[in-house]
Parts: sequence; C-alpha cells; structure tokens
Amino acid sequence: MNLTVHGLSKSFGSGVERRTVLDDLCLSVEFPHVLALLGSSGSGKSTLLRVIAGLERPDAGSLLLNGDVAPLCEKETVLRDYRRKLGVVFQAFNLFPHMTAFANVMVPLTEVHGLDEQKATRRTLEVMERLGMAEHGLKFPAQLSGGQRQRIAIARALASKARFLLFDEPTSSLDPEMTAEVLMLIAELKDAGTPMLLVTHEMGFARKIADQVAFLAEGRVVEQGPAGEFFNNPQSLVVQRFLAKVLAY
Amino acid sequence: MNLLSLLIEPAGRKAPVWIRVMWMLLLATLLCFGVMSWAAGFSRGSWESVWKYRDVFWKGWLLTIIISLLSLCLSTLIGIVAALARRSRILPLRSVALLYIDVVRGMPLLVLILFLYYVVANGMGLQDRLVAGILILSLFGGAYLAEMIRAGIESISASQLESARAIGFTPWQTYRIVIVPQALRQILPPLTGQFASLIKDSSLLSIIAIGEFTLAAQQVNSGTYRTLESYLPLALGYLALTLPISLLSKFLEQRLRYES
Repeated sequence: MNLTVHGLSKSFGSGVERRTVLDDLCLSVEFPHVLALLGSSGSGKSTLLRVIAGLERPDAGSLLLNGDVAPLCEKETVLRDYRRKLGVVFQAFNLFPHMTAFANVMVPLTEVHGLDEQKATRRTLEVMERLGMAEHGLKFPAQLSGGQRQRIAIARALASKARFLLFDEPTSSLDPEMTAEVLMLIAELKDAGTPMLLVTHEMGFARKIADQVAFLAEGRVVEQGPAGEFFNNPQSLVVQRFLAKVLAY
Repeated sequence: MNLLSLLIEPAGRKAPVWIRVMWMLLLATLLCFGVMSWAAGFSRGSWESVWKYRDVFWKGWLLTIIISLLSLCLSTLIGIVAALARRSRILPLRSVALLYIDVVRGMPLLVLILFLYYVVANGMGLQDRLVAGILILSLFGGAYLAEMIRAGIESISASQLESARAIGFTPWQTYRIVIVPQALRQILPPLTGQFASLIKDSSLLSIIAIGEFTLAAQQVNSGTYRTLESYLPLALGYLALTLPISLLSKFLEQRLRYES
C-alpha cells in the first residue's frame, strides 16, 4: 500500500479561537500491512485519520492511495462513494444500539453495498464466525462487553470488504484485558492482507505490529520510518523525548 | 411483615408491586364510592332527566374522539415538517418554522382558537366549524410535536451520525436506519402524552360551538339545570379516554428503554 499526503491543512474554529490541527502536512509511505500513526494527544493524528477516512474535509492538500487521488474536497455524493470503500473502527465502537450485533454488521451490506439478503447473511455469518462472535449475533450492543463490541465494529468494517481499514484508537476505551483481546484480533487481521492505518497509544503494540510508523507533532510529520528503526534509533529530539517518557514505565 | 412497610417505601428501593397496586385500588374504590353515594344522595331521581340526553353525550364523546384522532394525524404531519424545517440549512425556511413554533407555543389555546377562527378562518371564508377546529387544534399540537421531534432527532449522538457517514449511508438512509428508530423510542412516551393533551385541549373547541363532548355537557346542563349530573359524566368521559393513554405511555416508556 502506498499512501502519499501532500500539503494537508486543517483548522477548526475561526478568529481568535482558530486552531490549526494539520499544518501543511506531507507524508509519503509505502507499507505492506500496517502503518501506525503515533504522537501526543492533540498532535493531529486522529484528525489525519479522519481526513483520510473522508469524514473531515481538509482546507487544502491532496491524498493519493496507491496512486489514486482521493476525492477529499469533492461534493458529498462523491465523498460518500469514497467512504464506502474504506472501513473505519472508532474508539467508542459507534455501533447502533437499537440493532442486534448481527444487524449492525449486515445492514450496511444490504443498504450500501447492494448485496441481496442471502449473500449478506452468508457474509455476515462468515465474518462473525471468524471473529469468534457467532454466538453473540442476536445480542444488542448493550449486552456485549467492550471488547465484544469492538469486535462487532471490526466485523462491520471487514464485512464490506474494505480496501483500507482505519483504526482510530481502537482500544482507548477498553480495560487491559479487553485491549489485549482486540489487539490480538488486529494482529490476526494483519495476515489477512487488507492494509491498515492504526492510530494508537499502545506503543508496544505499534512496535510489534506496524511495518511503518509516522510520528506527528503540531500537525506535521516529525519522523517516519520502519517500526524497528523508529523505536530503536529515533532521530529527532521530539521522538526521543516522547519515547523516553512513554516507555519509562 | 412489618405494618409500617405497608405505608412507607423503604429508602433506596421500591416497595413491592402488590403494595403499590393495593393503594391505587383502595384509593380508586374510595373515590368511586364517595362520588356515587354523594351523587345518589344529593339528587335522588334527578339522573332520569339527564339520561334522556344520553344521545347528546354519546355523540359529543364520539366527536371528541374523531376530532382528537384527526388532529393527532395532522399535527404529527405538521410537527414532522416543522421539525425538519426548523433544522433546515435553508434560512428562510428555518425562520418560518421558528416563528410558527414560538408564536403558537406562546399563545393560550383559547386565544389561538378565537383568533384563528374569527379572524383568519372567517377572513378566508372557511365556514365549516369542525374543519376549522381540527385545523386549529392540529396547528396548536404541531408546534409542540415539532419541538418533541426535534429533541428526539437531536438526542441522537454525534458519534452515531459519524458512524452512519463512515459506513456511507445517504442522508435518507441515515434518517431511516439510524435516526428515526432511535428518536422514536425517545419520543414515543411524550408523544402518547401529547395525544392525551390533544383530547383534553379539544374541549376548548366548544367556544366556537363545535358540538364536541364539553359543549354537549353544557347543553345538557342548560336544558336540565342539573350541574353535577351533567358534568360528572363529562369528567369521567375524558378520564376514560386519557387514563388508558397515560397507562400506554408508561408502558411504552418501560418497554422501549434500552441502554445506549
């Protein structure tokens, strides 16, 4: 997977309240499976993910996915078609509470991806089986644990055969045990072949799973490179300090 | 079994259902006996004069139901349109909705009826009292429903809408699959309550001489000079309509509750 970002800018608010979150950000990275976006809170990594996901319109800049221009600034209908080809997993799962786990996975297939009832059912069962959620299909999100909810959210993203999966801090609202559960699942997905973009605070996990790492600070990419190099031999002072702090304990 | 536990609910938890039901039944029975013995004692034999007018009562009661039902349908329609207009990005549309909702909600229904009937409807040449009455009641209820529907729509969290966007739902799909089912759970209990209000409010239409339940009772009263015997059936007739609805509202509230 090749991801090329050029001159991406995004600010929120106006006047004195204006906050620049992405500041002329450039990034060009080639990775087989997983790209991890790291950085402190407020560094712009989640916003970058949301821009790439087509959920936030950038003020300026362009994005190429495997050489294809992403229509980030186009009108809503074009952007919608673009979003349909991606799978996003949010920090707070964002399942629909009034639908069963099964329906949460299946409804996008019939409504958005044009599968008939039978095909959609089959694919939903397949994915739920694969993620070990088959027996929980008829439960509502409120009846599931956090880890199970996140697995359903991942199933929803997988079932649509997204060509790129984006994880926005997928374990930040989980306890350590469930975090481990979900991380294990994401690690398994790595082998399935769909490229993944991972925004995370789990340094150990990023180190283990990511092929490439990009580190953001103040809306720019400060350092990028293969995960091993990034963690073992960070070049910039910002990253050295950051790693020293988060890996201290 | 402590005798006190029949009287006082233990702190922090609910009293057993049977105790609570027992109190309600006891109260209802007492009330029934009280009213009946009072009614029977004070005006022996006077019920016959009112009984002759049972047809008037019956027709008035039915008309009240018809007015309420039609107004409910129409006001729901108006409420949905007004709520959507209120949230519209088209500014003139939003202003019109805002003006409608605030003006109607800021006016007593009685004033609204007098003004809309004698000034607007007459000015426009609308002569049919019943049609005018239903329209006025619907306009009135619509403004309240619009705010309920808006609150319901806005109770859907931003993360739900974002999820819908990420999946690639169109705005129509977002409304149909995500917003409406969840908003409906939120507003169904107050919605049924609003229906009960509509039934009660329809009594004010008697002021423009629509022969609904209240006007019927007034007519019986002026024909018989039997106040209690005219107005007791009126009170009970309204309760017979509104109590089941308020029970339904309570039931729905429990039934549709779910954790999000």
